[in-house]
Amino acid sequence: MKFAVIVFPGSNCDTDMYHAVKDELGAEVEYVWHDATNLNQFDGILLPGGFSYGDYLRSGAIAQFSNVMTEVVKTANEGKPVLGVCNGFQILLETGLLPGAMRRNESLKFICQPEELVVENTSTIFTTQYEKGEVISVPVAHGEGNYYCDQNTLQQLKANNQIVFTYKNNPNGSVENIAGITNEEGNVLGMMPHPERAVDELLGSKDGLKLFQSIVKSWRERYVAAT
Amino acid sequence: MSLQHEPTSSQIKEQKLYREMGLSDSEFELVEKIIGRSPNWTETGLFSVMWSEHCSYKNSKPVLSKFPTKGERVLQGPGEGAGIVDIGDGQAVVFKIESHNHPSAIEPYQGAATGVGGIIRDVFSMGARPIAMLNSLRFGELESPRVKYLFEQVVAGIAGYGNCIGIPTVGGEVQFDPSYEGNPLVNAMCVGLIDHKDIKKGQAKGAGNSVMYVGAKTGRDGIHGATFASEELSEASEEKRPAVQVGDPFMEKLVMEACLELIHNCDALVGIQDMGAAGLTSSSAEMASKAGMGIEMNLDLIPQRETGMTAYEMMLSESQERMLLVVELGREHEVEKIFAKWDLDCVTVGTVIEEQVLRLTHQGEIVADVPVDALAEDAPVYHKPSKEPAYYGEFQAQADYFPEITSFKSTLLSLLKQPTIASKEWVYNQYDYMVRTNTVVAPGSDAAVVRIRGTKKALAMTTDCNSRYLYLDPEVGGMIAVAEAARNLVCSGAQPLAVTDCLNYGNPEKPEIFWQLEKSADGMSAACNKLATPVIGGNVSLYNETNGVAVYPTPVIGMVGLIEDTKHIVTQSFKEAGDIIYVIGESKAEFGGSELQKMKEGRIFGKAPHIDLEVEETRQRELLAAIQKGLIQSAHDVAEGGLSVALAESVMDGKVGASVTLTDEPIGSLFGESQSRFLVTVKPEHQDEFQQLVKDAKIIGFVRSESGLAIDNEQGEELLSCTLQEMQDAWKGAIPCLLTSKA
Repeated sequence: MKFAVIVFPGSNCDTDMYHAVKDELGAEVEYVWHDATNLNQFDGILLPGGFSYGDYLRSGAIAQFSNVMTEVVKTANEGKPVLGVCNGFQILLETGLLPGAMRRNESLKFICQPEELVVENTSTIFTTQYEKGEVISVPVAHGEGNYYCDQNTLQQLKANNQIVFTYKNNPNGSVENIAGITNEEGNVLGMMPHPERAVDELLGSKDGLKLFQSIVKSWRERYVAAT
Repeated sequence: MSLQHEPTSSQIKEQKLYREMGLSDSEFELVEKIIGRSPNWTETGLFSVMWSEHCSYKNSKPVLSKFPTKGERVLQGPGEGAGIVDIGDGQAVVFKIESHNHPSAIEPYQGAATGVGGIIRDVFSMGARPIAMLNSLRFGELESPRVKYLFEQVVAGIAGYGNCIGIPTVGGEVQFDPSYEGNPLVNAMCVGLIDHKDIKKGQAKGAGNSVMYVGAKTGRDGIHGATFASEELSEASEEKRPAVQVGDPFMEKLVMEACLELIHNCDALVGIQDMGAAGLTSSSAEMASKAGMGIEMNLDLIPQRETGMTAYEMMLSESQERMLLVVELGREHEVEKIFAKWDLDCVTVGTVIEEQVLRLTHQGEIVADVPVDALAEDAPVYHKPSKEPAYYGEFQAQADYFPEITSFKSTLLSLLKQPTIASKEWVYNQYDYMVRTNTVVAPGSDAAVVRIRGTKKALAMTTDCNSRYLYLDPEVGGMIAVAEAARNLVCSGAQPLAVTDCLNYGNPEKPEIFWQLEKSADGMSAACNKLATPVIGGNVSLYNETNGVAVYPTPVIGMVGLIEDTKHIVTQSFKEAGDIIYVIGESKAEFGGSELQKMKEGRIFGKAPHIDLEVEETRQRELLAAIQKGLIQSAHDVAEGGLSVALAESVMDGKVGASVTLTDEPIGSLFGESQSRFLVTVKPEHQDEFQQLVKDAKIIGFVRSESGLAIDNEQGEELLSCTLQEMQDAWKGAIPCLLTSKA
């Protein structure tokens, strides 16, 4: 399985994502510059955190217009896994691949700390390796992670089982303690916490690694089934 | 022609207009002598910024020459963007600290942000990938709305810049004292990693080579920033707000990535330097001077953000996120291609010439033509008069202060609430301290630890300075500042490598201030020599005074150490029930300048604690050896607030607790601030081996499974017993509580 880490001007968790996949997961991975016009060779797309285009207008608002996003949408529509973390999540919201919007943290301050997450849904391709209700430690680092959606959307998210991670102690004021959601089809995941920062015991937690392992396992099963 | 009417040479001279730019009468005469005529407006501007204290160190040079700067591992000492130290395997660590005090006093968010941006450029201009940021901050007491505003905005500015550019802010220190009320200190340190083969210098070599301008456009911001930084602050300083620059971390991220791509992939690059203080002027003059060459530039070609800028404005602008490159003639397109990928301006603006002058043309006219050495090297050096201040003699003559304590418990809890001691979580949780996923020890321990990916090695780093001791006794305080920084590193399992210092003092034209500067440099030098940690670079910030009152002498020590194997990394938290608690070193009941004295008396006085550098070096060496042998479970230096605070901090994470029995006089033992002491824990099975290695260690108690802290005397009587909750409420709650309380 081969991953692409999309690099926008201002991405800054691209190397973290790259090394998590290459060194800890042991899968193939390449950086892809934001002007790329073809992602066919990749089996999974990773949108890393950072401050794409400085996030000066609104987080992720400019990045959605990059060439590569047309390809990301295409890849998502093909059913391949797309993971957006932090700024990557914000970009997925701006692109419309995921519903809802991001507001500034309730404290109006940037927050960086390890956070306890509850795995709400283990049937997605991103979470098969977790137990339902499992509490995992994954760091957050964001100024705009306060997820919001209207009541209708929230009902839909719940009805379709799209809420994948929630915070045990909500750090940012997000609706229903939401930390990560998928699209209706379940192949696009956006989350504010950084699983790529939790793949090595030396740095405090490797609870995020199972997320990447889940993606690979689901891909293998699908690949084997298809061939 | 420019529409602005600039004063003529004779007007500048007759009306002494140069004084407004900070040049003295004798300095102006010296300029005239060097260039053989009266300088025009632009040239006067060039000299005034280059001869400011900030750029020339004209008042501090004699003091700086005291510092040891050489060592086996030192690859680059003071004089370039940042110093470089070998860490083996063809790798090196690059680091430097710099102040942004004056801008932060006037416009705290942008002042702090651009301080961060400037020091990052210093490090990547050497060719290094910045891997960590630290800072050292000083404010007045957290009481007035103004101080709270400065504190909150400085922290937000550091976070805003560092988080966006994606370099983790892994450590630092914050202290509060009335002496910083009007003049906060904002020092930022950047640490970078480099392969020896990629080391670059700021030199304009090779006549005919091209001088290229890359990065952000030049605007009218920050004009005369360096001059402004070399004056005392006063009520009128608010008017200097335009001298504060505005930072754009996104732009810097692009400039950094483009420069690193250039350095790693294109050998057409001859030299590179940041346009920091004094912008285009210092970068061009210094690069030419260091190479023994000159530079000719056509200012019409400078990318400009505003219209109608004069030569004077362009040369003195301190717009951020700009770099000056020297590139082999004929290969400019290779550089242009890299910068085009990052959508950045990249323009050839001049040429390296044999003649050692800086020659500037603008709109077809030569607007400046001055020798580069005159700008970069020939600033006058002043040996300022020095005089022992009256207070020093008085303090030395005082009998030793010994506090009265009625309750040990309430004393400890009150100490934990002192902002200088209290948890800085409110600060560092706003910094992304994990990005780049190498941070092994996060903020809050003695030193931060960052692993070097792909190796077993890690770097420990810290900033430290107890300015109260320095005020009481600058020489002893200077020794302590260096020793304590080294202690922080050793406690993390690192061998201290070298120092970068940021010398923050008052107005050096006052003999008592200059005396502080001189004496503390003597103390720091002695400690640097003894601990084999040379000074590889740094920064001087003088004139830190508001309305005539100086800050405490504050030479912030930034120190980096090498951990050979990540297995050796140690933190301060106690680990396992049953571990033996040791204190290394005796308490001598010293309270001069202590946190307790400040808390009880509202001021500090008397003598600073004694320090013996021999003893310091021995204990650090022994402890590090014990750590490297795997004998140490936890290590913490005993600092502000003494042993009681060190114990409380070691059990604050609540995983275990501690039971301690004191055999000595309790007040001095628990709250005194005697130097060269460490609090360590050792597994029972390592007791013998540890005691053989570390001579001055004494058992004081045991780690227990129940959280909290209990201290008894030899008779078994309880001196204090605190629950985890009580300590955490005091320690964690203090700063958020002060910030939300109404003044």
